[in-house]
Amino acid sequence: MAVFSRGFGARRRETDPQLPPGQYLTEDFPVLSAGPTPRIDTSDWSFAVRNENGDLVSWTWDEFMALPIDDVTTDIHCVTRWSKLGTSWRGVSLDTVFDHVATDASFAMAHSYGGYTTNVPLEDLLGGKAWVAFEFDGEPLDPEHGGPARLLVPHLYFWKSAKWVRGLTLMDDDEPGFWEQNGYHLHGDPWTEERYW
Amino acid sequence: MTVGGWRPARIAEVADATPSARVLRLTVPGWPGSDAGQHVDVRLTAEDGYQAVRSYSLGSYGAGESIELAVDEIPDGEVSPYLVRDVRPGDELEVKGPLGGYFVWRPGGAGPVQLIAGGSGIVPLMAIVRAATDASASASFRLLYSVRGPENAIYRDELARTVDPGGVAVTWAYTRSAPSGWTERVGRLDDDALRAAVWESDREPVVYVCGPTGFVEHVADALVRLGHAPGRIKTERFGGA
Repeated sequence: MAVFSRGFGARRRETDPQLPPGQYLTEDFPVLSAGPTPRIDTSDWSFAVRNENGDLVSWTWDEFMALPIDDVTTDIHCVTRWSKLGTSWRGVSLDTVFDHVATDASFAMAHSYGGYTTNVPLEDLLGGKAWVAFEFDGEPLDPEHGGPARLLVPHLYFWKSAKWVRGLTLMDDDEPGFWEQNGYHLHGDPWTEERYW
Repeated sequence: MTVGGWRPARIAEVADATPSARVLRLTVPGWPGSDAGQHVDVRLTAEDGYQAVRSYSLGSYGAGESIELAVDEIPDGEVSPYLVRDVRPGDELEVKGPLGGYFVWRPGGAGPVQLIAGGSGIVPLMAIVRAATDASASASFRLLYSVRGPENAIYRDELARTVDPGGVAVTWAYTRSAPSGWTERVGRLDDDALRAAVWESDREPVVYVCGPTGFVEHVADALVRLGHAPGRIKTERFGGA
């Protein structure tokens, strides 16, 4: 039986075909974090990938900045229902990162300064779909938005785009990260509303 | 916890809480209950089928088919003006939940608990205050509630009653205007105010901070500066539209 809300809809917003189901447009850049914002100096920052055999590849900030850098314009979608269209970022493609990594693993756990984790299948990280981003809208990424660097996986809900990212651990089997252990979906595709368990 | 689908809900009661906020009591047949601190998605459907969904924290917790939301109006918002100005008892909407497994409190923890709310950030913390009081755990709880002025405090009357024996200790902070007779500073929470109101860091409290993004960033940074371990500070931010 359909439920209608009497008198609702007078202030409705424009719908947009770029908006996944159940999302609304925002011009702001809201913040969603589980704890205080870590403040990481780029001189202390590193990014490391550990493969399923335990082999480690890592970059300092300067080494990472020497990798090829992409300009990315993309829509982002937060599970808390806001979407922001046409955001601009700069970062290093995960394809570039994985040029330096030998692996047959199928899944990655992203780890962040501050202890946050999130799991992402490798097929969602490779093929021009994901970056380690360090600029937003032409400026260095603010700490509250994940600076100095965050994962950017814009085709999944934005909790997968781990803020303050410091590395990936590669795994043969999928495991839940932080929000995934706290009620959110293992995968997180906004177009099929993979929001919650 | 499995969330399940949309559940029809009926507005049972509305009460003005502040000039811009209302407390809504909803009846949700089959509601599975919730932990203190959780939230719900609310879906509204216009008669032509147009829908909008927003998330709201629950002021209620526990079992039963009655849940409570407190909604603060965002003037240029789409959903909150409807819920604050237009909705009346008997109206219908849908809810999904309960949602969120991290910013929650469950009875059984041993150590002290500090709650810090800014504005409408009180809502999930009110659920925790009620749960702690019902669990006879309130002696280890403190609440610091920052509002623009006394008229902006959601749950003001209920919080005034919690100072009764067995209630949670409440410290008020006013950023713009204080009630008459107020002798403390008026303004944004600073390190001194936090030091005075918050459990000492060496007692290792779990701290819940909820409010607008700027408030939560400011308070969480200050708590870390005052020696609280980041891993014991749980935050929930309201932002944007």
